[in-house]
Amino acid sequence: MSFPMTAMIELSNAQKTFVMHLQGGVELPVVRGVSFHVDAGECVVLAGPSGAGKSSILKMIYGNYRCDAGRIGIRHEGIVMDLAKAEPRQVLGIRRSTIGYVSQFLRAVPRVAALDVVAEPLVAKGVAREEARERAGRLLRRLNIPERLWRLPPSTFSGGEQQRVNIAHGFVSEYPILLLDEPTASLDAANRAVVVELIAEKKRKGVAMVAIVHDDEIRETIADRIVDVTAFAAAA
Amino acid sequence: MVEPLTGNDEPLLVAENLAKNYGRLTACRDISFELYPGEVLAVVGESGSGKSTLLQLLSAQLAPSAGRVSYRMRDGVRRDLASLGEAERRFLFRTDWGFVHQDPAQGLRMAVSAGANVGERLMAVGWNHYGRIREAASTWLERVEIEVSRIDDAPRTYSGGMRQRLQIARNLVTEPRLVFMDEPTGGLDVSVQARLLDLLRTLVSELGLAAIIVTHDLAVARLLSHRVMVMKGGRVIETGLTDQVLDDPREPYTQLLVSSILPP
Repeated sequence: MSFPMTAMIELSNAQKTFVMHLQGGVELPVVRGVSFHVDAGECVVLAGPSGAGKSSILKMIYGNYRCDAGRIGIRHEGIVMDLAKAEPRQVLGIRRSTIGYVSQFLRAVPRVAALDVVAEPLVAKGVAREEARERAGRLLRRLNIPERLWRLPPSTFSGGEQQRVNIAHGFVSEYPILLLDEPTASLDAANRAVVVELIAEKKRKGVAMVAIVHDDEIRETIADRIVDVTAFAAAA
Repeated sequence: MVEPLTGNDEPLLVAENLAKNYGRLTACRDISFELYPGEVLAVVGESGSGKSTLLQLLSAQLAPSAGRVSYRMRDGVRRDLASLGEAERRFLFRTDWGFVHQDPAQGLRMAVSAGANVGERLMAVGWNHYGRIREAASTWLERVEIEVSRIDDAPRTYSGGMRQRLQIARNLVTEPRLVFMDEPTGGLDVSVQARLLDLLRTLVSELGLAAIIVTHDLAVARLLSHRVMVMKGGRVIETGLTDQVLDDPREPYTQLLVSSILPP
């Protein structure tokens, strides 16, 4: 299959099945024949009911879940790489400079301050710590995280605050690809609006995004295209 | 984590078909992998899986029954550990490698001062200016969050967590490129473990260290490592990116290990 010139992500016939060895080896097919692409500057929203495999697809694109068959093409530093077959070091390289991921829940490291959690992707890319912290702070301010919380570890924060730290962590760096798993789920209207604005800015910068959003209004606002995941149902 | 920019595409350590037998008993076999500069590898498995034997083979403390381990020396040339002369071995142990034992008493001299414990490694590589050695020791005590006022106290007067942090300082003061760790958080209280893990994570990434960490604790592997190898019965049964192996385990034994963790 040819790779469109502007596509940042291209899945073709990706497939995922869980084999549960502790349950007598029962096979749990999740998705198969997953094929779609995402262009630069485009936001594709995955739609479908709970359990249809939306999050699994997102995790496969991040290399967090293995892909059993098919191909996950990622444009990384000008070269198209198949994430389904990449070595661990290559996946880490892709995550460091190409793919950002906003998960549903923040996996906070104990004792690390919110400001440093957000600055971390920049530091990993070689940005000086002070500049990284400054950019992190700007984003936290925009997301209405009060400055008195910045020095505290986010494990002490409320659910909505943790999610905003998580969003800042995903948006702070200039990743050409962003994966968003329910970025607005536990946010109030004002903060939802900030996230919608951040997504629009990323689009203007040519970032390719894949998102899962349950809120109809937000989906309508951010989606350039909707991919119906039920079409990839792996009927047992 | 940040990796050093130079020499990144050449492995630092290569294990090829490593095996160790004790008489008819096989402690480990068929082990091959490459470790790159700045890469942290966790070796997980239960007691008796062969992971501690593997660590001893990799760190030249035990000779393999078959296979070989090679290490890229500072001159850029990769050498078989079995072929090293005594001076080169000593250089590795004193400078280029660190070894953090589960029991700090094995890695420290319990009766001499903390400052001397850290300074000793520097003197072994030729430092002889007392003031500078003491200054380096103070700096390292601060980095591992030990009050500098305790510099003249012997580690036998320290708590378990402090001893472990001191052992880490002693190992890192010579700026090694590779650190072996054997259950570094084993035997510590949970709250003390969290602090130590956070400290290790910060130091490893700031210094761009490569590390091989043997642990039975998957939380340690998740927090510290890029890559994980799961061992059972002396063999590597599953290996890959840490979050992939832990979130999407494929082998029955790995699924059992992952499912045995209590939710936080």
